[in-house]
Amino acid sequence: MELVCPAGNLPSLKAAIDNGADAVYVGFKDDTNARNFAGLNFNEKNVGQGIEYAHSHGARLFAAINTFPQPSGWERWTAAVDSAAEAGVDAVILADIGILDYAANRWPDLKLHLSVQGSATNYEAISFMHRTFGIRRVVIPRVLSAPQVRHLAEHTPVPLELFGFGSLCVMVEGRCLLSSYATGRSPNTYGACSPGSHVEWIDRKDGGMETRLGGILVDSCGAGENVGYPTICKGRFEVQGKEGYAIEEPTSLNTLELLPEMMAMGIAAIKIEGRQRSPAYVAQVTRVWRAAIDACKRNPESFRVQSVWNAELDKVAEGAQTTLGAYHRSWQ
Amino acid sequence: MKISLGPVLYYWSEEKLRQFYGQIAESPVDIVYLGETICSKRRSLNTDQWIEIARQLKAAGKEVILSTLALLEAESELKTMRRICGNGEFTVEANDLAAVNLRSEQGESFVVGHSVNIYNQGAMEVLAEAGMNRWVLSVELSRETLRDLQQHRPDGVETEIFAWGRIPLAYAARCYTARHYELPKDDCQYRCIDDSDGMLLNTKEGEPFLTINGIQTQSAQSCNLLGAMEEMRELGVDVVRISPQSMFTPEIIKLFDQVQRQEISLQDGMAAADRFLPYGGVDGYWRGEAGIDKTAKTDDSSVI
Repeated sequence: MELVCPAGNLPSLKAAIDNGADAVYVGFKDDTNARNFAGLNFNEKNVGQGIEYAHSHGARLFAAINTFPQPSGWERWTAAVDSAAEAGVDAVILADIGILDYAANRWPDLKLHLSVQGSATNYEAISFMHRTFGIRRVVIPRVLSAPQVRHLAEHTPVPLELFGFGSLCVMVEGRCLLSSYATGRSPNTYGACSPGSHVEWIDRKDGGMETRLGGILVDSCGAGENVGYPTICKGRFEVQGKEGYAIEEPTSLNTLELLPEMMAMGIAAIKIEGRQRSPAYVAQVTRVWRAAIDACKRNPESFRVQSVWNAELDKVAEGAQTTLGAYHRSWQ
Repeated sequence: MKISLGPVLYYWSEEKLRQFYGQIAESPVDIVYLGETICSKRRSLNTDQWIEIARQLKAAGKEVILSTLALLEAESELKTMRRICGNGEFTVEANDLAAVNLRSEQGESFVVGHSVNIYNQGAMEVLAEAGMNRWVLSVELSRETLRDLQQHRPDGVETEIFAWGRIPLAYAARCYTARHYELPKDDCQYRCIDDSDGMLLNTKEGEPFLTINGIQTQSAQSCNLLGAMEEMRELGVDVVRISPQSMFTPEIIKLFDQVQRQEISLQDGMAAADRFLPYGGVDGYWRGEAGIDKTAKTDDSSVI
């Protein structure tokens, strides 16, 4: 089982590899990837440095080009695929059918992974991508329960990569348009949800604070409380007289306790979310997951989640609480 | 342009569905998409009953297409989809690549619904090669992108636009209706049947924003592209889709038909449309703006 860690820049990449990542994934500095944030990501030059660092330490590097080009931007995406292939990445993580087609034809030896943004939640969908483009791996949206993942693993020849830790998308990735409804920009079209350009943090006279996205109130709080970044699915709203987190609380996914089960299913890789996070986050999370995977490999039957691991992860979790998310049926 | 009626996205009783489609059979709609696309637990009608309604609509002169689930997770859901894809009588709307896979393996054609992402010509060509004969533009894409895509559209592929109704924005494993009632999804008690147009979600300021419809999240406001009919025709659009709502759907179909036939002016049509829009009309996506941006006023300033 491979540990795949996020890298928004070279320091994070080194932090991941130095702490035991088997692979890192990166994006370019534009809307061709789903973490299109200011000051983040790689250019053609330092992606080469990243690959060199990874390869010299026995690790692999994947490039995420996992948003959906429209005709007016098409060349930016094909250029990203070309740059990644020419730089010698170990795989590209793609979502768009058009770009998969381009990559499969232009770079027949390039390994293709289907991004979580490709929204493949069942083996028939995976089969289409497999027989059409020869994908070598698929990253599964964070919507399946553990038994559903097992069923999937039994019915597809394509190796599966699962999210293990990080910020939790509750919607099927690649099909969530909440952000563009409020701002005109979605992960699909722009590479980020709730783009910073449309976010407002407003101090209120009573000492409280409110957050808005595209002018729409996403959350507010009184003095002494905190509001999170205004991601719509984690905002507080009113439904039929009831106010609260109508969609999801601000929590992080943490599936450490499912490791033996995932290993028994033959899951190919565990993905850590968070290319937008700091090198310290990457180091911390990678270190814990490396230790856990190694412990589980040594002796899956006696594997127990160590409280120190969860304590370390809780320190960096969004909202400082974690959940098993959809893997655990009761969450759904 | 032909007028289509999308699948009913809400949970309606068998009686309500049968009554609804009885009215639709009499309406000037050309194409009807039928079936459950949101939640496999909703079973007012089984596949055989849907096919029975499909036959009735076909006998009334409608083109009928069987729609499939957008989010497929369980084997039982794949089983239902296989049954629909292999029905041998009606073509199918693929709302996930699973149905694309099956129909293309069968050598049968299919419509690609708006929850399968076609954002560029490359994607369109791959799916046309697989058997797609019609596609529905992603609800978040603009007329400018449509213009570019129409210029290189493969032969034999029709273009359909989501032109009316609450906009489908997201799908999840979690059921937000069950969550609202603090029920587990596996024991949801089918509470979504109480809300025939979904549940309104307001901001804490009381502004309507979204609609909760089980595992689907929609906009609160309705897309209204009645005013863009002429523009769509010029762009070579073949089909305009109206998404069902519990009230006034036959009236909305009639309105689109009348405006297209120029039996009433667009100004009068837009004024009439306002009565059918519980939280106002939006067309921001079509114009390349935020989806929630309000429908642009027509030239006549007397129109509200």
